[in-house]
Amino acid sequence: MVSRADRSRFAEWWWTVDKFLLAGFVGLMLGGVILSLAGSPAVAERLGYDSFHFVKRHLLFFFPALAVLVGTSFLTPRQVRRVALVVLVVSILCMMATLFIGIEVKGARRWFNIFGLSIQASEFMKPAFIVIVAWLFSENARRTDVPGNLFALILLGIAVSLLIAEPDFGQTMLITIAWGAMFFMAGLPWIWIAGLAAAAVGGVFAAYVALPHVAGRIDRFLTPGTGDTFQVDTALESIVRGGWLGRGPGEGTVKRILPDAHTDFIFAVAAEEFGIILCICLVMVFALVILRGLSDSLKSDDGFVRLASAGLVCLFGVQSFINMAVNLHLMPAKGMTLPFISYGGSSMIAVAFGMGLLLALTRRGREPRRIVAKLASPIADASAATVA
Amino acid sequence: MDAADLSTMPSEAARRSAITRPKRSPDLMRRRIRIAIGFFSLAYLALVGRLVMFGMAPPTSGTSYDASAGLGTGRPDLVDRNGEILATDIKMSSLYGEPRNIYDPDEAAEAIHGVLPDLDVDTLRRKLTGNAGFVWLKRELTPLQQNKIHALGIPGIGFLTENKRFYPGGSTASHLVGIVNVDNQGIAGIEKYVDDHWLRDLHAAGFAKGEDLEPVKLSIDLRVQHILRDELQQGIDRYHAKAASGVILNAHTGEVMAMASLPDFDPNNPYNATQPDRLNRVSAGAFELGSVFKSFTFAMGFDSGKVTMNDTFDASHPLRFGKFAIHDFHAKNRVLTTPEVFIYSSNVGSARMALRLGPEGQRAYLQRFGLLSKPQTELPEVAAPIVPRRWADITTATIAFGHGIAVTPLQVAVADAALVNGGKLIPPTFMPRTQEEADKLAVQVVKPETSDKLRYLFALNVEPGKGGSGSRAAVPGYNVGGKTGTAEKVEHGHYSATKRLNSFLAAFPIDDPQFVVLVVIDEPQAEKQGMGATAGLNAAPMVGAVIRRAAAILGVKPRTKMPDGAILVSN
Repeated sequence: MVSRADRSRFAEWWWTVDKFLLAGFVGLMLGGVILSLAGSPAVAERLGYDSFHFVKRHLLFFFPALAVLVGTSFLTPRQVRRVALVVLVVSILCMMATLFIGIEVKGARRWFNIFGLSIQASEFMKPAFIVIVAWLFSENARRTDVPGNLFALILLGIAVSLLIAEPDFGQTMLITIAWGAMFFMAGLPWIWIAGLAAAAVGGVFAAYVALPHVAGRIDRFLTPGTGDTFQVDTALESIVRGGWLGRGPGEGTVKRILPDAHTDFIFAVAAEEFGIILCICLVMVFALVILRGLSDSLKSDDGFVRLASAGLVCLFGVQSFINMAVNLHLMPAKGMTLPFISYGGSSMIAVAFGMGLLLALTRRGREPRRIVAKLASPIADASAATVA
Repeated sequence: MDAADLSTMPSEAARRSAITRPKRSPDLMRRRIRIAIGFFSLAYLALVGRLVMFGMAPPTSGTSYDASAGLGTGRPDLVDRNGEILATDIKMSSLYGEPRNIYDPDEAAEAIHGVLPDLDVDTLRRKLTGNAGFVWLKRELTPLQQNKIHALGIPGIGFLTENKRFYPGGSTASHLVGIVNVDNQGIAGIEKYVDDHWLRDLHAAGFAKGEDLEPVKLSIDLRVQHILRDELQQGIDRYHAKAASGVILNAHTGEVMAMASLPDFDPNNPYNATQPDRLNRVSAGAFELGSVFKSFTFAMGFDSGKVTMNDTFDASHPLRFGKFAIHDFHAKNRVLTTPEVFIYSSNVGSARMALRLGPEGQRAYLQRFGLLSKPQTELPEVAAPIVPRRWADITTATIAFGHGIAVTPLQVAVADAALVNGGKLIPPTFMPRTQEEADKLAVQVVKPETSDKLRYLFALNVEPGKGGSGSRAAVPGYNVGGKTGTAEKVEHGHYSATKRLNSFLAAFPIDDPQFVVLVVIDEPQAEKQGMGATAGLNAAPMVGAVIRRAAAILGVKPRTKMPDGAILVSN
């Protein structure tokens, strides 16, 4: 075990990192590997790969993702901000490039190839965007001379326009919700909230009117039985067939005809094979991670840290919620992966990166102890905390 | 920790925010984050609630085709009066598909087609594509086919055990036993009767799984049934006839001991059962049966007292009705006694006899004999007689020798049983019946004395050496008595001179009749060049052959000792 007296970087990390959150993330990643065994062979066979193609690739990305998660969590809040800025700039440039050199899959340009890996730049953009927006909001709150809110709005505009250009309606919505949540947490007056909510409704309505595929999805959700609801119907069927205890590992049959069984609909596959009880456990793990992350953010005294960590948790929580809600037919179909569980190399590393940032921001007792080590005075401690 | 503790004190926090946070207090953000916590808690509780809802939901009807529905069509065995199996259930596997669980319909269709080449591959593919939960692919596979398909290992197809009806006797009793459809529901014969009567209700109530059903015993004797059918087939071959039918009735109980109609069908493969010429001629076909009807004319004459054994009838010339004339087939052109009218089968004589009763009397008697109404039996295939609308004198005259009225052979046999058993009309049955039950149902339609006289005439007509038309039906030791019928068939609205429907109605032993035998043969030809083709030359010997083979099985003891002491040996 690591001694508390040990002053190495690792020892310091070990004693400051939120081990509950870390365990939750690693647990979800391991769960993702197991569910990949259930969900992906059928898809791999359908696509003409060998049965365990996606399982192998999932495992291949498991260790880099773990390394990114842990490695990122070593950063200090200042480093977090810098890394996020770099990643944000690079990923926005990549997204622009993707529009021209990207691979078109199912009518959308979201991926580009580098060293044989297909990378979705928007996945990396999301956590970096959250951190930078949190910084802008907190600067806005701290200093009157920086129009942080305006910059945050401009940044949202850039991100949203790039995502719509791909097009990727789901990510657009996710980013907008997370941005809105952060603005809300940053202390947005209620009158503004009402205005933005109206704008959001207007935006969804505009998308409904202007974008036929969005309209189609919403129509199909609202009026079941019309049009092609194959994916959602099949997902529902697999959940109901599973029952409380599931049909047993490998015994699922609906997954064979369920498109995206290894990505967007992995939750339904989990339900069919492992049962509703396990699914409830999975939902609980997500919920506990989210609540833990938010309560961690409450404890921080730094506005930026507080807002950035809460924003990252919101990003993670909203994405998980949308994915599971779609699987359970509580929302219209939307291409969104289940963080850490769904297959997707770049997506998994990006999620690990984002949650590594969260771990880095939620490390506790670091600054106070360092200060305590220098000045063993409670008064100095309090004053130091306020300016940190 | 200290900082957090401090921040929970409102006054301290307010003081600090006033100094260092000109715009927003951290408490506002903390409140907002707590609201976010609340939102997320609600959202994830909704997910859990939704999952619980799905858990409580009844399972989808994906593969919930009620497997017991296939097995629920169990039927009782049908057995003959000795317990020999006429029809039984055997378990068969049927192939079904669950298209929603088939992920490659093309491959599945090709593979199944490889084993069952009679299935169309395009139809298979269409059936296997889509989101249906259940579709039949092929009913009633052989075990070999089932093994081969099982070995293909296609997901999303399966087998259900179904009952298939099997008739060990093949076509031996086809018309009588009937057939079932692919769902094992009776659609003809006694099979249909069993369904209509109680089995369908039992199935609807969810009982009747098959094994626990008592066998249904029929009145027929499979051995006698075989003999009858075999002799009919031989008759068809020998006389190049179109068709033949026959029935053997127990004269005292009304039980049908055997009933056959050729051509028939194999109930195991009844592809041709609905062809018109394969109807059950005994009960579902009404025919102008000709001279066998004269026995009824005699019976009503004796019973009404208008005719005695000693009367004479002028048959020296045809009987004229306006432009119509009634001729005798074996014209003797002289005055005939009552027995002579019978054994020479004189149309003129019997017409004169009927005219003594008049249309009303004749009609009343035919009604009593059950010849004017549709008979009630278990068998669903029963035809109603075709009765003339206007019943003039000429109608009476022709009906006297069996023309101008069409009845089913079964009706004739039943009425004839009444004429020889002492005058009791007993409705026919295909189920075993005791003498007591029969007596309760019996209706006295003629006096016992009338019956005695008829038996005398029947005996006289067959007795060798007397020149009767039925002498070729004689079987040594069994005292056969009977009446021939050679009816001209109606062709294009006229009676044909060449196409005949021949019949022979017999009872044995005629001194105490136990069984009535009726054989009808349709369009028989002369056995050899120069011979005739009347009933006495084909229907009568066929009845003789049936009795010769079946009498002992029916339990009738031959009387090898004749009154004069000679010993007869049955050939």
